[in-house]
Amino acid sequence: MLAISLAGCEGSRNNSSWSTAKPGDPIVPALTIAEQKSAGLAPGAAMPATSEPAAPEIKSGRGVGPVDHVDISSLDATRAMKGAELFPVKCSACHKIEERYIGPALTGVTTRRQPEWILNMILNPENMIQQDPTAKALLAQFIAPMANQHLTREEAESILAFFLQHDSGQAAPAEAQTAPVTPPAQPASQH
Amino acid sequence: MQTFKRFKWWAVAIPVVAGFALMSTQCAKKPTSTVMTGSADKVYVAPGSYDDFYAFMSGGFSGQVSVYGLPSGRQLRVIPVFSQNAENGYGYNEETKPMLMTSYGFIPWDDAHHPKISQTNGIADGRWLFINGNNTPRIARVDLSRFETDEIIEIPNSGGNHASPFITMNTEYAVATTRFSVPIPQQDVAIADFAKRFKGTISFVKINPEGKMEIAFQILMPGINYDLAHAGKGPSHGWAFFTSYNSEKANTLLEVNASKNDKDFIAAVNWKKAEEYVAQGKAKTWPTKYYHNWMDHDTQSAKSEVIDQVKVLDPADCPGMIYYLPTPKSPHGVDIDPSGEYIVAGGKLASVIPVHSFSKMLKAIDDKAFDGDVDGIPVLKYDAVVAGEVANPGLGPLHTEFDGNGYAYTSAFISSEIVKWKLGTWEVVDRIPVYYSIGHLMIPGGDTMKPWGKYVIALNKVTKDRYLPTGPELTQSAQLIDITGSKMQMLLDFPTIGEPHYAQAIPADIITKNSLKFFDLTSNHHPYGIKSEAEAGVERKGHDVHVRMSTIRSHFKPDNIEGIKLGDTVYFHVTNLEQDWDVPHGFAVEGLGNSELLVMPGQTRTIAWTPTREGVFPFYCTDFCSALHQEMSGYIRVSGKNATIQLSSNSK
Repeated sequence: MLAISLAGCEGSRNNSSWSTAKPGDPIVPALTIAEQKSAGLAPGAAMPATSEPAAPEIKSGRGVGPVDHVDISSLDATRAMKGAELFPVKCSACHKIEERYIGPALTGVTTRRQPEWILNMILNPENMIQQDPTAKALLAQFIAPMANQHLTREEAESILAFFLQHDSGQAAPAEAQTAPVTPPAQPASQH
Repeated sequence: MQTFKRFKWWAVAIPVVAGFALMSTQCAKKPTSTVMTGSADKVYVAPGSYDDFYAFMSGGFSGQVSVYGLPSGRQLRVIPVFSQNAENGYGYNEETKPMLMTSYGFIPWDDAHHPKISQTNGIADGRWLFINGNNTPRIARVDLSRFETDEIIEIPNSGGNHASPFITMNTEYAVATTRFSVPIPQQDVAIADFAKRFKGTISFVKINPEGKMEIAFQILMPGINYDLAHAGKGPSHGWAFFTSYNSEKANTLLEVNASKNDKDFIAAVNWKKAEEYVAQGKAKTWPTKYYHNWMDHDTQSAKSEVIDQVKVLDPADCPGMIYYLPTPKSPHGVDIDPSGEYIVAGGKLASVIPVHSFSKMLKAIDDKAFDGDVDGIPVLKYDAVVAGEVANPGLGPLHTEFDGNGYAYTSAFISSEIVKWKLGTWEVVDRIPVYYSIGHLMIPGGDTMKPWGKYVIALNKVTKDRYLPTGPELTQSAQLIDITGSKMQMLLDFPTIGEPHYAQAIPADIITKNSLKFFDLTSNHHPYGIKSEAEAGVERKGHDVHVRMSTIRSHFKPDNIEGIKLGDTVYFHVTNLEQDWDVPHGFAVEGLGNSELLVMPGQTRTIAWTPTREGVFPFYCTDFCSALHQEMSGYIRVSGKNATIQLSSNSK
């Protein structure tokens, strides 16, 4: 199980430049995108087998939509807190963090996708699922199309901050409310 | 070939039955002769492209408003107004049921005749559409950003609200008038006392800047039948004009007995003067009872208030407020040209179309050019007010619209044609047969100060052989006619719902720029609305069970409910958590005794279900919402009256 899910999520990524960061690094600052991604590649990080199926390997570009570039250095803990408040209202009807629900489990999403891709998927899902190869593959796997909940860019960035914080191993307040299957402390400690 | 044969039958039959030799020259043409090359191009709107105009047509006895695109004639929507609509739960769900409350109780139907788009400076502005309920006198206001009925006000002291709503040029007022005079206030009297005891009223319904309606005052009128209306504009702003028939005051066989006098009246009401009289305290306050219902957008739920008095003006106390213009003969429509000067009457039994002059009317009033009075209302001399008469206008002229280029277009019911004539010279310049028996006609903006004179629509009462037969009950229809050239050109037939009486049309971009795509969930303050699945759940209040349920592609939360007992009523409060355009979800549970719910994104709608047997009953989404729509379902368990099963749901 573990092997499959690791292979499915990250296992084939062997670019050596991705392996410089340590688990638990602060989300913010100086890490490159690649380094941010690698933060989720903590040795032994457990992914429930119910997250994205193993089959197609998914790598993402920046996606299709309004976001060409995002400066994640501005996404601090305050923004992550806002994202944690938004997540139950805007996302949790279809997404849980640690397990597949209607859509994929979102743990590790910032290590699988470019931050711009995540924002474009939130802000422009209709075009993403038609034009972006990664989003198209996800639609084929999950069948349910990503819903456009008409977030503002600021809201979407806050949710991204929440994901980044989660994947960096810091506290994830919303998790406690929305995913009781996983004890709240665990996601943080596992990464 | 077959079509041509059928047509020939009509070409002969109509004039023979009607007995008018004039007709044979009109209808002897082949129908194809009026449909010229290029018609298809003029109505073709390519797939994915938009129409240029919205047309709003009264649904007549359907009680609703239908929305069409022009020039394609494609039906875009039916807006439920006065009738319950099981298709989306209007009038069945708890949020909209109050909209149909009246002093007679809950009324699930009406007969809707005359849509009117709100105006600013005499130009259609696309904010709201007003329409009258004829049978149980009411006026409704439809919000054109949402295409939903926002408000309905009942009109007390009325019978048959036909000459309505016909708003003023800055949407200050809508009017409401008795078609059927009745004892006012209502009482138990002999019908034979009609002439003595029956009265009419003209109501002025004030519209505030947010659209909200309130009856400002009613004018007690002589007991004859008031038919149609239009408000003045430009120089005649401040006046409103009402046709009447049955000046004979007949109360039986009106077909004959109300058609004896050579002239009936147009009532010219100076409503600014009436406002002054109200301000001076001339109005009497009468006890009455009527409902006023409106949608509270904060809670997404309609509210009702019962109002118990109304201000009534008696013309005897208010000199200079009303004059009668003698008008041949049983006039139907009264239409004011874009300049506001000409008052055109559709004298349905007259051999000419009389056109009154507003400026001559003012002079006649100054000169006291009166020809007696009716119950104290001065009757002006016909010759002192008439500007001209259109000769040979077709048989049974009913209504007139204007193209803004100096021409008027009058519908002729009996001879089934539209007659085009020139304002000022009164000469007929063109005519076109329509199929069949036209009532109203409509040019976009054609009753305002700014017509968009590209098309005229014929709104026909009879279709007979125009469409594939559908048994005894046939559709009524509209016909689209190009009026940009010197000759009218028939472009298109399309069927309508119910009976299309009047209609309105407006360039599409005026509406689309304000069009709402979904309700903002954060502004949804419905008492049982929820913002996320985490708030879903069940709650018992005695024998009422409230289910706070969410929908999003493609599941309900909760979708397993137990602990319902026979004798309970279950209120499903369904909130659609989607925040995107065109993603409604539906809800229905087996044995639901009223209608489904159709819930727009960000909206909460409630349906009440009283189970009648024990068991486990499925519920499901009725609106195909995604590839996993068939999976969007759940179960509710109903136990016996004395069962001890606790109310529960899988909502956390």
